[in-house]
Order: sequence, then C-alpha cells, then structure tokens
Amino acid sequence: MSSNAAPERGTFYPRDFAWHPPAYHPGYKSSVLRAPRRALISLENSAGDLAGPVFGHDILGPLDHDLTANAATPGESAIGERIVVHGRLLDERGRPVPGALIEVWQANAGGRYRHRKDGYLAPLDPNFGGCGRVVTDADGAYAFRTVRPGPYPWMNRPNDWRPAHIHFSLWGAGFAQRLITQMYFEGDPLIGHCPIIATIPQADAIDRLVARLDMDNTQPFDSIAWRFDIVLRGRKATFFENRPEGM
Amino acid sequence: MRRTNLTDSLKETPSQTAGPYVHIGLTPNFAGIAGVYPHDLGSRMISDRTRGERVVIEGQVIDGSGSVLRDALVEIWQADAAGLYPSPNETRGSADPAFAGFGRCPSDQESGAFRFETIRPGPVPWPDGRMQAPHIQFWVVARGINIGLHTRMYFPEDEAALAADPVLNLVEHAVRRPTLVAQSLGGGRYRFDIRLQGADETVFFDI
Ligand SMILES: [Fe+3]
Repeated sequence: MSSNAAPERGTFYPRDFAWHPPAYHPGYKSSVLRAPRRALISLENSAGDLAGPVFGHDILGPLDHDLTANAATPGESAIGERIVVHGRLLDERGRPVPGALIEVWQANAGGRYRHRKDGYLAPLDPNFGGCGRVVTDADGAYAFRTVRPGPYPWMNRPNDWRPAHIHFSLWGAGFAQRLITQMYFEGDPLIGHCPIIATIPQADAIDRLVARLDMDNTQPFDSIAWRFDIVLRGRKATFFENRPEGM
Repeated sequence: MRRTNLTDSLKETPSQTAGPYVHIGLTPNFAGIAGVYPHDLGSRMISDRTRGERVVIEGQVIDGSGSVLRDALVEIWQADAAGLYPSPNETRGSADPAFAGFGRCPSDQESGAFRFETIRPGPVPWPDGRMQAPHIQFWVVARGINIGLHTRMYFPEDEAALAADPVLNLVEHAVRRPTLVAQSLGGGRYRFDIRLQGADETVFFDI
C-alpha cells in the first residue's frame, strides 16, 4: 500500500475529450437521448477532486478476486475457459497507482449476465455471479481469476453482438480520476464490428482496451493469462508550493 | 505499452459505457447477486456517531425524452460537516472518522429514484482561497453514457454563499445555474434531479 515516493499533490492533467468517446454517437443508439448536448464547464481541480475515497484491502474477502469461485457452491467452479486477467494500474506519468480499488463485472462463458433484464437464451451458470474486485499492490499490480466471457447479442442494430469483454471500474487517489471502461481480448473478430467500441475515435485508443495474450504468465494445466494495463489521469509535478494553505 | 518521456506521456485509458448491467459489478447485492460481498460499497454513509446535520437527497436521472433512467448508477462524494474530505489525500486536517463521504446508489428498478442519507457538508475553499458554498459532487454512469458525468449539488438555503460561489459564477449562462441547486422538501429532505438533455439540461463539468 504505502510507497516511498513522495505523495502526489499536484492537480490532474486535463482530460483529453478528443481521445475518449464523445457523449453523442448515433451508432450507439442509447447515447442519442442520454448525451448532454451542452459543453462541459471546465473547472480547475479543487479539494474534492484531488482527494477521493480510498478502499483498503480490509474490505476484500478471500475470493473477491476469483470469479470462478466467489459465487460457486463450495468445491464447484464456474463453467468456461479459465483465465487470469492481470496488469498494472499506472498514471499518465507512468507511476504505479497503489492501493486502488478495481471492480469488474462480466457475462458468463455463454454470454449471459446474471441480471433480471438479460433475457438472452444462453443459460445461466449456477456457479457464476459475474462480479469481482481487487486492490492494487504497491507496484500498482492486480490480478483476477475468471472465465472468459462469451459474446452476446444486444438491441442496437438488428444483428449487433458485443465482443467478449470485461467491464472495469477504476478508482485512483482523487475523485477526478474516476473511470469506467471495458477490456477486450486480442484477436476477437467482433472487435471491429462493435458500435460501442466504435464510439472511440482513434484506433490507437481502441488498442489500449485490448488485452494481450500473455503466455509467460499462463499457468500450465490451469489458466491462460491475459495482460491488461490501465492508465489513470496523471498529476502535475508540484514545482512550487505557491498555493494558499489548505490546497 | 509506450514509455513515457519528455514529449510523450502515457494517455489515460479510454472510457467506455458502464452498460446496462453496471449494478452487477458495483452493487451486486442490489442486483440480486447475494453473498459475494457482505454489503454493497457506498450503501451506508453515516452512523449514529457521524457529526453533522442529517439530510436525505432523492432524485432521478432523466433523458432527453423526459423518461427516467432505471439503469443508472449515481455516486456522490462530499466533505464532512467541517468541510474536510474523508480521504488520505485530504491535506487540510482529519475528517470525521464516522463519515464515509462517499455514497453509491443504483436507480430503483421501477421508479428510477436514487436516495442518499448523508449530512450537510461544511464549506470547502476554492484554490484561490474563496469559500465555495456547501456542495456534493455527483458522478453518473449508465448505458448510453460514454464517459461518466460529473456534476454537483448545492443547497437552496445558502443564498449568500450561492451568489458568491466560484463555480456557480463560472457558469456563464446564469439561467443554467439553478440546475445545480436542489429543491428543499422540508425536514432535511432535498430533491435533486439530473437532466441529461433539454432546455433545463443539468450543468456537467470537466474536472
Ligand atoms: Fe457487457
């Protein structure tokens, strides 16, 4: 949790909204009535943005990081291709973000969510809930064990399918770093057909959401490893402490 | 992953929508996935020992057709009664240990309502030293929202502080400022609706 590096106190780098998906993207039909149409009002960071809630390892149960087991009957396991998803949480200066909560959720191996609104005909897995969480270590590293989620159809165009994906919710040190995104799998041919991925304007930005097959960390006769590094907003270096006391 | 140097820093990971099943990940007990976590994070902000005036904030997130979102998730973040954030990154003092400062609430699956039981925050200084009016930061995600939306809620009684608030005064079109002020329902209850579009679209911030 604790690091020898000096605590970061600077304001955050501005968010590059040309890099993130725009709010309004008609190819993703749900955005049409849910996208604010006025310009965002840009604020300099104040105390509430620079600080944020921090959740320690003490909130974690022993199976929170293991989606194959955390909703399973003891001794049983979720059905599907066993995988490990791991990586590092960094900031835009390449510094690790330690002690940060990562929450994930996903469909089961057949592409079905355990949710009253998911009516896809793929079966529920009684041993799979679909949620997990970890706290990053001193190097910003994290790892989950899960099953590879299946693709699933969704209501957009008549024949839209989501590529296999895992939803990620990220916390940093400040509330302004709050981020939700999705992780995809290298080589999935559905990536190029997905209207939600297509909300992201640049190919190199999309590439950042694609986990890489990681044979070096694959555990023989157990699980295939996928590597997914995540970057949160960085903090400006504080060259001069010329702010009024209290900021 | 690219390496950082003087001209080429890492870029933030791009956002993606939280989608229609965000509650599985962030409020699994609410979503009917019981027993994985003992309780949903952010479901309880105060206890009997928390200092400050109790308030209840209720509202809905409303789309451009006037329809209520039933699949949204709202998070709030605020200072304690003394104006201090319950965070290790708070540099101005130590906040009330009996106050979480953070709340997370899914939209009700029928009414779309969110509800927070919390305390009225104390005032917090703006970076130039002026005081902000007491406020609560809100963050909204849902299917169809491509990047989480930041806004903030003020209290209607604080008329003088609202008139002097540095953030409200940055909203060029004064007619939009009331979208950031809750409506008092009396007895410490407040209504704060978040409108994603329309003539009274809520002011959202790039923080
Ligand atoms: Fe999904």
